[in-house]
Amino acid sequence: MENLNLFIRSIFVDNMIFAYFLGMCSFLAVSKNVKTAFGLGIAVTFMLVITLPINYLLETYVLRAGALKWLGAEFADVDLSFLSLIMFIAVIASMTQLVEMTVEKYSPSLYSSLGIFLPLIAVNCAILGGSLFMQQRGFDSILTAGCAGAGWGLGWLLAICAIAAIRERLAQYSNIPAPLRGTGITFIVTALMGIAFMSFLGIKI
Amino acid sequence: MTLNKQSNIYTVIYIVVMVVVVGTALALTAMTLKPIQSRNVSADKMKQILASVHVTPEKDVIADFNSLIVEQYIIDSNGNKVEGNAFDVDVASQVKLDETERQLPVFVCQLPEDGSLKYILPMYGAGLWGPIWGYVAVNGDGKTIYGAYFAHQGETPGLGAEIEKPAFSDQFNGKSLFSDDRFVPVAVLKKGLKPSEGQEYVDAISGGTITSTGVSNMIANSLSPYQQFLKTLND
Amino acid sequence: MAEKINNRSALLNPFSKENPVIVQILGICSVLAVTAKLEPAIVMGISVTAVLAFSNVIISLLRNTIPTNIRIIVQLVVVAGLVVIVDQLLKAFAYDASKQLSVFIGLIITNCILMGRLEAFAMANKPWPSFLDGVGNGIGYGIILVIVGFIRELFGSGTLLGYQVIPQAAYEAGYVNNGLMILPPMALIVVACIIWVHRSGNKELQEN
Repeated sequence: MENLNLFIRSIFVDNMIFAYFLGMCSFLAVSKNVKTAFGLGIAVTFMLVITLPINYLLETYVLRAGALKWLGAEFADVDLSFLSLIMFIAVIASMTQLVEMTVEKYSPSLYSSLGIFLPLIAVNCAILGGSLFMQQRGFDSILTAGCAGAGWGLGWLLAICAIAAIRERLAQYSNIPAPLRGTGITFIVTALMGIAFMSFLGIKI
Repeated sequence: MTLNKQSNIYTVIYIVVMVVVVGTALALTAMTLKPIQSRNVSADKMKQILASVHVTPEKDVIADFNSLIVEQYIIDSNGNKVEGNAFDVDVASQVKLDETERQLPVFVCQLPEDGSLKYILPMYGAGLWGPIWGYVAVNGDGKTIYGAYFAHQGETPGLGAEIEKPAFSDQFNGKSLFSDDRFVPVAVLKKGLKPSEGQEYVDAISGGTITSTGVSNMIANSLSPYQQFLKTLND
Repeated sequence: MAEKINNRSALLNPFSKENPVIVQILGICSVLAVTAKLEPAIVMGISVTAVLAFSNVIISLLRNTIPTNIRIIVQLVVVAGLVVIVDQLLKAFAYDASKQLSVFIGLIITNCILMGRLEAFAMANKPWPSFLDGVGNGIGYGIILVIVGFIRELFGSGTLLGYQVIPQAAYEAGYVNNGLMILPPMALIVVACIIWVHRSGNKELQEN
């Protein structure tokens, strides 16, 4: 129940794009049409679901102050938390590479649709942001971490698809002042969507 | 011999060297800066504790803290003292435990003006976006609040984040935690509402409803195990 | 993508014509998150400039030795190492600022400006121009951060760097702080307005 609540909250309330504005770079670059946006959204969700539990295990059993206790009492005082940033990003970068290679080998069709997005993901703030929020909030189980990851990923997917759909129509039907075309208007649309998403604040299951 | 930059051996050696160099550099930085950082963390905590008794340390927080806080100890929910260092208790993990199992830190502050004793109790709870925490200073009678301090990690600026302003926390001054010897935590209610059980209340922050409810729950949950202790103060 | 340009333009172009935020649209995340107040915006600008300048120099020094297939990882490790050092320094010497910036210092790692400049400039240029390019882009990023932070703090809280700027008399006459300014979506709108103004003056940047 806790986890379901967290999952729903992560999609709507803590939405990575509309509440924290993470992963904006790829969001702005790839949201020109719905199909590619959907591809990137799936890739982001997938990476969040994989990396969050892995980083959770790392954090709990290796990095946190006193986390190395299972190695023996003399390790109880070791505090490796200064390494957490670098470990998280290493996990994310290597997982991206790994997933890219696996997908390329076993499912060339999926690779051709997702492939170009995977390298973009290593530097997507939403993924690292997910791990950092996980660390900051001190989730208490690997399942919680997985649920939050799935929720944040789906929220990101939802956001990028919604904006891409709006941008497709905007480009065709609206007469936007020339300096605002493209990036400028996307910013404003995203802001308005963000304000709309605030109405989800406080929903509970 | 020219190096083949694409060979596996070269790549592996490159990675190993890089990891060693970066690892050493980071470990060195972390070790040298660790004492200053821990000092900052404790100084910040001391500043927050002192804020609950309306003391703003000017220069040396640690010296002020050591001179004002005359005693600090840990109690259990029956009000008996237990072993341990009160300052190092992690309130965040304690509030998740059952009331009877908690270690409850108490900081006793002696005010220089009149020499009266104030008992400072830590609180910890959840706001809208992340954790909120604070300290409540209770008068020597164990009943009324002398002062309070609240802090948050990432509440909405201008709305929920207002809990850290004195305009909000000063409302708690003089409120009572007991009515007819029964423990009734101070409630945080929307302007115009009255509490159902006749307890004391303060005005919530408009637009910061969830954070305000969080403060209300935090006070109830964090202070309730102190009941016995507060009652003994009164006797 | 590897353009050879002279030192002067490496330093000055990013201020306006190639501004990383409003022209190249890189590193938006942190612009939005840390600009509710001016002070964290300034600290963030300085931190990014420092990390960018030094990582550019380091990658530029290493550029002929890095094996191509692990290029991205090497860049990430260098950046992450520098970010951790900055994070530790802030925790030690600017504790309040580091508390406010919280996870966003860590997110400098994935700030696209860094990876973008490393790939596009440092991998192909000598250390000194790379350093200037890093400083230039960092400052270009910082300028936008400060402008947004200035507008949001002034109208949102009526303060600048924590000092009350809008006089009490204005409040008594019925002026109210614009609470919407503090919320993250307004940062996007402020940036959009900056883009609007900037592109009105630089017609060649306009999109179709």
